[in-house]
Amino acid sequence: MQLTVNGTAYALEGIEAEMPLLWVLRDVLDIKGPKYGCGIAQCGACTVHVDGEAVRSCQIPLGDVWGDVTTIEGLGTPDAPHPVQAAWIAAQVAQCGYCQSGQIMQAAHLLADTPDPSDQQIDDAMSGNLCRCGTYPRVRAAVRLAARTMSEDA
Amino acid sequence: MGRAGTIARRTFLIGSAAIAGGVAFGVWRFHTPHANPLQSDQPEGAAALTPYVLITAETITLITPRADSGQGAVSVQAALIAEELDVDLGQVATDPGPPSPAYWNTALSSDAVPFRATNDGWLAETARDLADVPMKFLGMQVTGGSTTVPDGYEKLRRAGAVARETLKSAAARVHDVPVADLRTAQGAVILPDGTRVSYQSLAAEAALTDPVTDVTLRGPKSWRLLGKPMQRIDMAAKSTGTQSYGIDIERPGMVHAAIRLNPGQGAELHGYDASEAQAMRGVKHVVELPGGVAVIADNTWRAMQAALAITCDWSPAPYPADMDGHWQALSDSFTPDAQDSRWRDDGDVDAALDDSADLEVEYRAPYLAHAPLEPLSATVLYTSERTDIWTGTQVPRFVQSNAAGITGQDADRVHVHAQMIGGSFGHRLEDAVSRHATRIAMAVPGQPVKLTYSREEDMAQDFPRQIAMARGRGRVRGGHVEGYDLGIAMPSVLASQMGRQGILAAGPDLQIVAGAWDQPFAIPQYRVTGYRAPDLAPVSSWRAVGASTNGFFHDCLLDELIHAAGADPLAERLRLCDHAPSRRVLEAVGEMSDWGRPMADGRGRGVAFCLSFGVPCAQVIEVTDTDDGIRLDRVFVAAEVGRVLDPVNFEGLVQGGVIFGLGHAMNCRITYAGGAAEQANFDRYPGMRLYQCPEIVVRGLETAEAIRGIGEPPVPPAPAALANAIFAATGTRLREMPFDGAITFV
Repeated sequence: MQLTVNGTAYALEGIEAEMPLLWVLRDVLDIKGPKYGCGIAQCGACTVHVDGEAVRSCQIPLGDVWGDVTTIEGLGTPDAPHPVQAAWIAAQVAQCGYCQSGQIMQAAHLLADTPDPSDQQIDDAMSGNLCRCGTYPRVRAAVRLAARTMSEDA
Repeated sequence: MGRAGTIARRTFLIGSAAIAGGVAFGVWRFHTPHANPLQSDQPEGAAALTPYVLITAETITLITPRADSGQGAVSVQAALIAEELDVDLGQVATDPGPPSPAYWNTALSSDAVPFRATNDGWLAETARDLADVPMKFLGMQVTGGSTTVPDGYEKLRRAGAVARETLKSAAARVHDVPVADLRTAQGAVILPDGTRVSYQSLAAEAALTDPVTDVTLRGPKSWRLLGKPMQRIDMAAKSTGTQSYGIDIERPGMVHAAIRLNPGQGAELHGYDASEAQAMRGVKHVVELPGGVAVIADNTWRAMQAALAITCDWSPAPYPADMDGHWQALSDSFTPDAQDSRWRDDGDVDAALDDSADLEVEYRAPYLAHAPLEPLSATVLYTSERTDIWTGTQVPRFVQSNAAGITGQDADRVHVHAQMIGGSFGHRLEDAVSRHATRIAMAVPGQPVKLTYSREEDMAQDFPRQIAMARGRGRVRGGHVEGYDLGIAMPSVLASQMGRQGILAAGPDLQIVAGAWDQPFAIPQYRVTGYRAPDLAPVSSWRAVGASTNGFFHDCLLDELIHAAGADPLAERLRLCDHAPSRRVLEAVGEMSDWGRPMADGRGRGVAFCLSFGVPCAQVIEVTDTDDGIRLDRVFVAAEVGRVLDPVNFEGLVQGGVIFGLGHAMNCRITYAGGAAEQANFDRYPGMRLYQCPEIVVRGLETAEAIRGIGEPPVPPAPAALANAIFAATGTRLREMPFDGAITFV
């Protein structure tokens, strides 16, 4: 089975088609940015992009992956962060940080589709991502900051 | 002389010691100091140093022993040292250090005696100092009770200052210049001619230099780092997916384990059938455990799938099977025989209230799961020689000693590697996960095993926040509150939690009345009584512990009485408050919220106050009663912590604490049916979602002498402020959490 993650093509052997993408990424490919939080699409910590769309990787069997996968590691790096990641760092969003990979992947998808989101659009897009530490005020601030910097750079 | 100064004089001296390749600086203790964990070859009774700064020819390492579960503990501990050491956080490494009794927590025990945090009298001071002694013998390297900052504020800065002055002394000798002509900056001693001599290059000489212990700490006006907005050192890693947590550990040859434990917590496994699981893909072993069974497989998902395929025959839970039994036990506990404490008893309450109470009410608070987003995990490599454990924990010493008890090895053969924690809220004050992982690893000696709890097991096996019930009554006269009588019944968290560590918790449990008996109000007839319910479901410390329930009970009863008196909720609280710092936080939220401003129909505001962990915290919440339900609009929070070390992190922690308090009060509960928790995942335990989050305006006050932590104090007032606001908007009094049992939230 073929899987392309962050631009690298992998030939996966001996992996059942029903294994969720999350666990393929974490345990087979050792890509640990996507997090296991609930396993039932209630928390969003496992959010990745498939073909540019933000999805819950815990709910997608390997056999159903329909396109190239991008994880938080493929979005940017500490030395070269994506504008959304740079906004997250500047706004100091993270507390424990465990949900933030998923929050950032969700926000990156929102801003790719909707470069200048309204407050309502931010609330609608981000409310499926659970943060137990309560960083929501800064998630909102970071999305707005990222929207501004991305429009200035565009 | 404030409390911090008293501790400094009586209980710690700074020293230094040579280590392999360099020098260690740190604190050594009075009485019988514990041995230096980084210098285990030290002779018995010799200088016993608790190191906080390690300098070798290559690196400067700051030791930050309090666990970081998201509150920024590593950053603040490092900044306290760096402020005096004259290093930038970008040029040092941080390390949690090994588990060691030397890193015991002074501040935790000082709040464990029944003297109000507002009481600075000699009796209270003496009792707090005595309480340090048993805590010390327990060797508690515990992160909890919002104590990281109070515990480290003096110690860590002093360790940095002694290191700096000793390095200067070493440089003076090497370069033959007077110490007075030297200064320090960015990890180097600067010679009079401007030459920079790095600390690393002085490490060997400093190890031979008498430590300079007569240091004066810099005042806040000259701070470079503290008190100013800081960039937390974990932000870039946590924003790029490169932060490794305990659940992310990989070791060579590692296998993966999943677990099934009796959902009736603490009960046995009668028998099981694992034949289907044994045949599943990737499954290597099935291991029987006390109260459950584990599967070892070649990846996490296969292990979890196989664990679910095991048929188990469980013994019944050792507590009431259903909620009626739990509530009945609480209800039956309001008796003289079950009385645990009555430390607040002003005036003659019985005479004033027995025949003329104006109000009699009952409040309830449910069990709550900690449910941090990172499920529990522990990775263990067991060999006949040693055991290594990689896990996120607030109690590394208990992890070590309990694993040693299981393997039969000496504790010094058990090595705990503390990992970054993806949230805790008290969850990782327990060490069951590492005990189970150790037993599983013993089935495959020489092979590392990572045990990962499924979300469902994590919540089913959580030791939740205590269930609690309160009964209140009171009297109003002439437009004021005159009589206040609150009884609180709950099981003892302390006894339950310490019991799992084999420690007998004697005497009354302060947490049964914390956040209630110790509130700074002068009411003519004023009584708070704690009643100790029998042990029910096993319970554990949940963010703010006793105050998480009692802040709601205490303030809501006060609010009800104020309304019954026809007084203004803020003005009457201020009139009754007899503690200046507490008055200031109430005045602050009044000003921030423009308290007297009229509100439109269908809107309401409520105020609440709770002093917990020594921190007075007041909150005003504004809500709107919409056609679809209650909407939370804005929250104003003021808290007095003595000194705000990082205003950016402070604001985030306060907002997070408010959201934590509100979210659980809105829609979270753990209930038992057939002895098992009915909420196993976030579909039935939602918490607050982003769209529900109000604007939260935060102000930190810095007028008190003692410095305090802020992790927990924002939690207790939040549910009360919300209930009081909803009353103001709708006329409906909410006396049972969570509130979604009675109303709908937008």
